[in-house]
Amino acid sequence: MSTGTPKPLPSSGQKSLQDICHPLSADESALSLHNSSTVEKDLILPNGTPLDTSSPASSSSLLNRLQLDDDLDGETRDLFVTVDDPKKHVSTMETYITYRVCTKTTRTEFDLPEYSVRRRYQDFDWLRNKLEESQPTHLIPPLPEKFVMKGVVDRFSEEFVETRKKALDKFLKRVADHPVLSFNEHFNAFLSAKDLNKRLGLALLTKMGESVKYVTGGYKLRGRPIEFAAMGDYLEVFTQKLGTIDRIAQRIIKEQLEYLAELREYRPVYSSWSSFEEDLHDPLEGVAGHVSNCSSALEELTEDMSEDFLPVLREYVLYIEAMKNVLKKRDQVQAEYETKLDLVVFREDKKTPVPTDVERCQDRLECFNADLKADWDRWQNNKRQDFRQLLTGMADKNIQYYEKCLASWESLIPLLQDKQEAKGETN
Amino acid sequence: MADSGSEDIAVIGNTDLTPSESENNIKNAKKPMIEKGTSLLKRMEISVAEAEKRTGKNTVNMQETYTVYLIETRPVDAALEGTNPVPDSLWRRYSEFELLRNYLLVTYPFVVVPPLPEKRAEFVWHKLSADNMDPDFVERRRVGLENFLLRVASHPVLSYDKILYSFLTEENGWKENVFETGFQAKADSRLKALNATFRVKNPDKRFADMKHYGDDLQSVISQLLRVRARAADRLYGVYKVHGNYGRVFSEWSAIEKEMGDGLQSAGHHMDAYAASVDDILEEEEHYADQLKEYLFYADSLRAVCKKHELTQYELEMTAQDLTSKKQQREELATGTVRTFSLKGMTSKLFGQETTEQREAKLKMLETQIEEGEELVKERNAECEEFVKSAWVDVEMFKEQKDRDLREALISYAIMQISMCKKGIQVWNNAKECFSKM
Repeated sequence: MSTGTPKPLPSSGQKSLQDICHPLSADESALSLHNSSTVEKDLILPNGTPLDTSSPASSSSLLNRLQLDDDLDGETRDLFVTVDDPKKHVSTMETYITYRVCTKTTRTEFDLPEYSVRRRYQDFDWLRNKLEESQPTHLIPPLPEKFVMKGVVDRFSEEFVETRKKALDKFLKRVADHPVLSFNEHFNAFLSAKDLNKRLGLALLTKMGESVKYVTGGYKLRGRPIEFAAMGDYLEVFTQKLGTIDRIAQRIIKEQLEYLAELREYRPVYSSWSSFEEDLHDPLEGVAGHVSNCSSALEELTEDMSEDFLPVLREYVLYIEAMKNVLKKRDQVQAEYETKLDLVVFREDKKTPVPTDVERCQDRLECFNADLKADWDRWQNNKRQDFRQLLTGMADKNIQYYEKCLASWESLIPLLQDKQEAKGETN
Repeated sequence: MADSGSEDIAVIGNTDLTPSESENNIKNAKKPMIEKGTSLLKRMEISVAEAEKRTGKNTVNMQETYTVYLIETRPVDAALEGTNPVPDSLWRRYSEFELLRNYLLVTYPFVVVPPLPEKRAEFVWHKLSADNMDPDFVERRRVGLENFLLRVASHPVLSYDKILYSFLTEENGWKENVFETGFQAKADSRLKALNATFRVKNPDKRFADMKHYGDDLQSVISQLLRVRARAADRLYGVYKVHGNYGRVFSEWSAIEKEMGDGLQSAGHHMDAYAASVDDILEEEEHYADQLKEYLFYADSLRAVCKKHELTQYELEMTAQDLTSKKQQREELATGTVRTFSLKGMTSKLFGQETTEQREAKLKMLETQIEEGEELVKERNAECEEFVKSAWVDVEMFKEQKDRDLREALISYAIMQISMCKKGIQVWNNAKECFSKM
């Protein structure tokens, strides 16, 4: 667990610099290092005694980690966070919404196993800023958009609040799942403190000083290493594709709503027809009713897609932006290092040892690269799961729509055929 | 369609009877038959087998392109015996069908004459061509023309008509035959019919109700067809936009490693989904055609009602004429003037007529009255006869309509079910691909 003042190299968690092998020597080891450090973390019993890592329990959890499905299973996860129960607060100064944040954990870093606190968007924003400052080499998940155009969107409408709640929930879950971020003291405070405001005050002061550290300005980068350049390229294309998918989804919803408007016209016409028919009265009324059922089902589908699908898609764009920013920060660190190194090399005197300043830059760079790669892999994995879930959800919603319509029409058939047999008998 | 509506067991050229339809025919056979016998369809297989484009000079000596339809006929016995002789065939164009129908309308005004498929494509949704030369339109028209012939040939009255037989069997000379009947002269003028509608005093209530029914039916089916056309347009849009997913998933899969395959295959399913709408809408077109048939049938129904109004009106006019003549006779005989007449006035002003003049007039009136009474009897009989035969046909039409429309609704529901099942399948396939991402 990190102490009060953020370390320059927080990426390794518990371990100090000397105990870790050079991150750039082997990607694999760096990755497994994160995993093993997390494994160790997870297997420390509440009373503080470390578990024997050769026990069956640990190897099974290692096995879990090697599986394709890399989300932390129930047995290894020890921190659960949820956001729910939005409530409106009205005061003389302002009106705002708070959300309940529930935490369940077995980690010793927390005093209690359970917490329930109320937080508003401002608080989430504070947390994100603290995380960005204190863990500058890590990708911090994004928050939903802060600013909402008043008059265009109702900030207090059920849909808006619901969408925002889901995004905030996602945010906290992503932080909780991160092997480094989840141990951040600010995160701890966010989850547990009764009153964040005191901390806020302190934080404001310290914020000024720290932000200077990583605003390395003005250094020119010679070139991104291939792997990071590849990441940048990927993000560019991915952003484009997401944009296209968003447009397509919107277009589909629009077309569906227009189709819905026409479908709704059927009912009155069939009803009107049935009113001057005798024998056909019931079948026509039946058709009127069933077309109506299909209309309702379609309405539900469009609502679901608007409320569940589109927001998640959009939030991913923010996630990509966050990743791009981290890449840029990394570039800056590399630039600083290279510039300082060049200055040193210029000096003819080779006997003078490399100044610690440059050395520190190098270390910083190497750790940043390692963290970034680890985060990138994690991000890719999460992305894969998130989209699998999102697209499967989309398929499910469409299937449900068709199943509702199918059930409706199938129940109509016997109604239509019944009369025929009855009629035949009376003749 | 016709095969389920005919009272006789119809052997039809191009369509197969489904189990439900043949069951239906058996049920119909149990019903009291209006005129079981040897209606044309019992003796002869009829089908409109093909359509072809022809070019030729029209009446104003200009080149034109038109479509002809091949009518094939074959005696039923031959088919039953197992031998399969080559059917007789001839080509007819749409205008000849129209001519036949007009002839039937005039010659059998008490029959609800089956309608022809529409002359021009109406109630189209945008992807469907409104062009008469469009192959899909021609195909649907071919089916409609066959349906028309089957209905006519199985009608207990119409099927015996010689001109109909000639239409089916004599390629040349048929037109002359039709014109020779002089049916065009017998046609009632529109004006005459309209006049009668406004002025008739005592039409049979059943026919008045039927006319209203025809109006309502026409109105509601038109509305339905309009809504359907718009809905078809929209549905097309919904499905086609999903095709864009196919493309973007493909592009996206190119930058992915593990997700790539799943995305790519899912994209293919989205393409399949988008493409499936064409078949769906084509099937729906069939339902629209069934509705259109009854849209046009409403016109035939109204025509029968209007004919009744006309005959009733003519009867009333004749009766009124007779009454006024009788009154005149009375006045002349008794010398009292009960009604105002110019004659009365002039005679008052210029003096009475001579006895001889009066006697002559009286005699003329007597003759006229006698003739008038005969005419009234005739017209009355005509009217009664018309009402009787027309009502029989109207009842038959009602039953047929109920049957046909009910079946149309059933097949519509079946079509919707099929569409839903296809949708479920495609999305399940896509879901499987997504879950493998």
